[in-house]
Amino acid sequence: MQIQPILAALKRHKAGTILIALQIALTLAIVCNALFIIKQRVTHLSRATGIDEQNILSVRNQWVGKPPSQQVSGLTATDLAALRQIPGVIDAYSTNSYPLRQGGWSEGLDYKPNQDHSTAHTAIYFSDEHTLDTLGLKLIEGRNFRAEEIGRMDMRDKLAPPTIIITRELAHKLYPDGSSLGKVVYLSNNPTTIIGVVDQLEVPWVDTWASPWSEQSTLVPVRLAMSLGSFYLIRTQPGQLDAVTKQVSKALYGVNRMRVIDPKDGVQSFSQTRAKAYARDRGMAILMGVVCVVLLAITAAGIVGLTSFWVGQRRKQIGVRRALGATHRDILSYFLTENLLISLGGVIVGALLAIGMNMWMVSHFEMARLSLTYVVAGVVVLLLLGQAAVLAPALRASRVPPVEATRSV
Amino acid sequence: MLAYYLRLGLRSLRRNPVLTGLMIMAIGFGVAASMTTFAVFRAVSGNPIPWKSGQLFVPQIDGFGPTGRDPGDNGEPPDALNYQDTMALMRAHPASRQTALYPVAIAVVPADASKQPFSVSGYAVTTDFFGMFEMPFQYGNGWGANEDDKRASTVVISSKLNQKLFDGANSVGRNIVLDNRDYRIVGVAKSWDPRPRYYDVVNTSGFGDSPDFFMPFSRAIDLQMDTDGNNNCNKAPDGGWDAWLQSTCVWLTVWAELPDAAAVQRYRSYLDGYAADQKRAGRYNWAPNNRLRNVMEWLDHEHVVPQETKVSLLVALGFLVVCLVNTIGLLLAKFMRRSQEIGVRRALGASRREIYTQFLAEASMVGVAGGVLGLLLTAGGVYSIGLVFEPEIAALAHVDFGLIGLTLLVAIGATVIAAFYPTWRAAQVQPAWQLKSN
Repeated sequence: MQIQPILAALKRHKAGTILIALQIALTLAIVCNALFIIKQRVTHLSRATGIDEQNILSVRNQWVGKPPSQQVSGLTATDLAALRQIPGVIDAYSTNSYPLRQGGWSEGLDYKPNQDHSTAHTAIYFSDEHTLDTLGLKLIEGRNFRAEEIGRMDMRDKLAPPTIIITRELAHKLYPDGSSLGKVVYLSNNPTTIIGVVDQLEVPWVDTWASPWSEQSTLVPVRLAMSLGSFYLIRTQPGQLDAVTKQVSKALYGVNRMRVIDPKDGVQSFSQTRAKAYARDRGMAILMGVVCVVLLAITAAGIVGLTSFWVGQRRKQIGVRRALGATHRDILSYFLTENLLISLGGVIVGALLAIGMNMWMVSHFEMARLSLTYVVAGVVVLLLLGQAAVLAPALRASRVPPVEATRSV
Repeated sequence: MLAYYLRLGLRSLRRNPVLTGLMIMAIGFGVAASMTTFAVFRAVSGNPIPWKSGQLFVPQIDGFGPTGRDPGDNGEPPDALNYQDTMALMRAHPASRQTALYPVAIAVVPADASKQPFSVSGYAVTTDFFGMFEMPFQYGNGWGANEDDKRASTVVISSKLNQKLFDGANSVGRNIVLDNRDYRIVGVAKSWDPRPRYYDVVNTSGFGDSPDFFMPFSRAIDLQMDTDGNNNCNKAPDGGWDAWLQSTCVWLTVWAELPDAAAVQRYRSYLDGYAADQKRAGRYNWAPNNRLRNVMEWLDHEHVVPQETKVSLLVALGFLVVCLVNTIGLLLAKFMRRSQEIGVRRALGASRREIYTQFLAEASMVGVAGGVLGLLLTAGGVYSIGLVFEPEIAALAHVDFGLIGLTLLVAIGATVIAAFYPTWRAAQVQPAWQLKSN
């Protein structure tokens, strides 16, 4: 196939050629970035929390009158006993927060007291001896808390647990070269001993600021009297989640009426929590997906439209070529090659645009660098799209009879 | 003549229904995507108090110092104040009006014992709050300065809470029980919910449920009511409530009303003087590092517009540009196909101007059709926006006359702009050449 005559013909259609190429370039730039955003968001929202998500539900319980910690300990124990009585419940405990809740307590862990910048950021989860069992956490080193180790504190008391259990990631951050078990670290300036390591437990926040330490969590053996309400986490037997959800409020109000459990979202299955935490990511992925599909459709339609016009305009020339011996295939490949040349021009500009656009977004928004795989994938998609779009008009062109050469309009 | 051109245009558009449909769809989709995302952007980026946003300021005082901060925050002081600095500002009162505030949550015990207690959230504020932020009242008023001083158990409730507890009747002077304590209602607010809720974007996204009540700051502190928002400490305080108040933990916001540049200047120099005093007293051992931001600067600093909203608006605008390029190409094809017709018209005496009018008229018909389609799609888009944005934000986006007008305007304007080049090409057609070639 000779490229020279195609280029010569394109020179006579400069405007149309440039418009198609420009459209392909812009489409490529937007689609690459949109696909990249989708991939980032999907990676983000499919992050594992490390807990037995299918069988966990949470209850937000607020006491009327903000009782102090001495009283809360007793009230909580009674509640938990009642919850464990519900058929289908495996275990339950009370805490200040849990993964994906989007609110919680964060601290720094230090090697020594009064350290200027903390060695590791961590989320603090108030826990007891039932925590590992309720969340379904895997203890990979050390031991669980014992019942007699569980202390209690009021909201503004000093956080000074004698022992803690940390996640594998946090252990690695603190002691990259060896076991962290039995080591003493400083939590808000108080020494504490690491007695156990669990495999995985995500922090409560999904935002960017927490993502560098999203797996660095600490369990403290303390019951916190939260003035604004604490959470009961409940693990049910497989398949029992819905049945248990229906009974929770009734069981708790049965124990004590002076409490608030929001009828709207006081009791939440973990899948609801997950959906809420990642609503933005899911929405963004959907939006970008829709944009990609519609954009590609419009670009394809544009190529079909312009090529059809060109074919219509050149019927006579096609007829002449056919009369001079060009086959169906020659005509077909002429239009396919023509489109390929235009598309190539478009994708080269588009690839540069895509990278430029991404660099601009990196500097203005919390966005990562576009990986070249997406640019390459986008280029391939657009080249194929161009060929597919041009196929129908090109086939029509190849069916122009040679006799067209002799017809005058 | 214009009517004739419109008729001609209609006929020409009908001749290639597929091409016409394609153009209308491109314009419709492009405009709808832009307008839907713009509706969201407009809802979250607006000025909540345009007549006064330049007079309301948030002071920031650096209570953390260079060592207490994350290296990533570019020397910015924390976005909240500690209790000591807040009280110093409230006592010195360097502004005509100012309030300290923090979010609180509390359980309401209904008088009717058969009803379950429920939780309400609100703010602990001082008397100036109501005037500064121009909160309208349905019944009664805010409390006075002496009630702040007396640490009175008074409360202003929202009309929503008033509806729930008193069926909307005038409840001023009546009592409600909040967490086992009696409070006297002094005012019932008219429904008032500026978006974003600019006075507290530190503890909320700015778009959550509206507050149910307001109570005196001094009373909330007396009752040791903890903040329902964020508390940030650079150093762990000693245990207990009093130690927390003495600490440098930040959890409070102060707002000052400063009506003119001189007042702003006075406030600034007060802040600098105060920080210098603290350094001299040895409480802070770093140079004064204060900020004083007005409403819009504050909203920008706190990133109230979610970046998702901005990115989607940009992507949608890019999408519109592609749709326009597409339309230019299709119009070019369409117009150039009629070179002969143009040649004949020109030969018969039509001026270039006439050709311009004819083809731009045809293009604006595509624009109008695209605009109508865009309008339908925008309505559908705004309606289903909850699939993409969080419910709090989605609820704010709405279709109004402004948006309808803008959609049509953008559609027609964009199409006419897109038609300029094809029309120019059409007007360049040489009549002689066209007539000769056939």
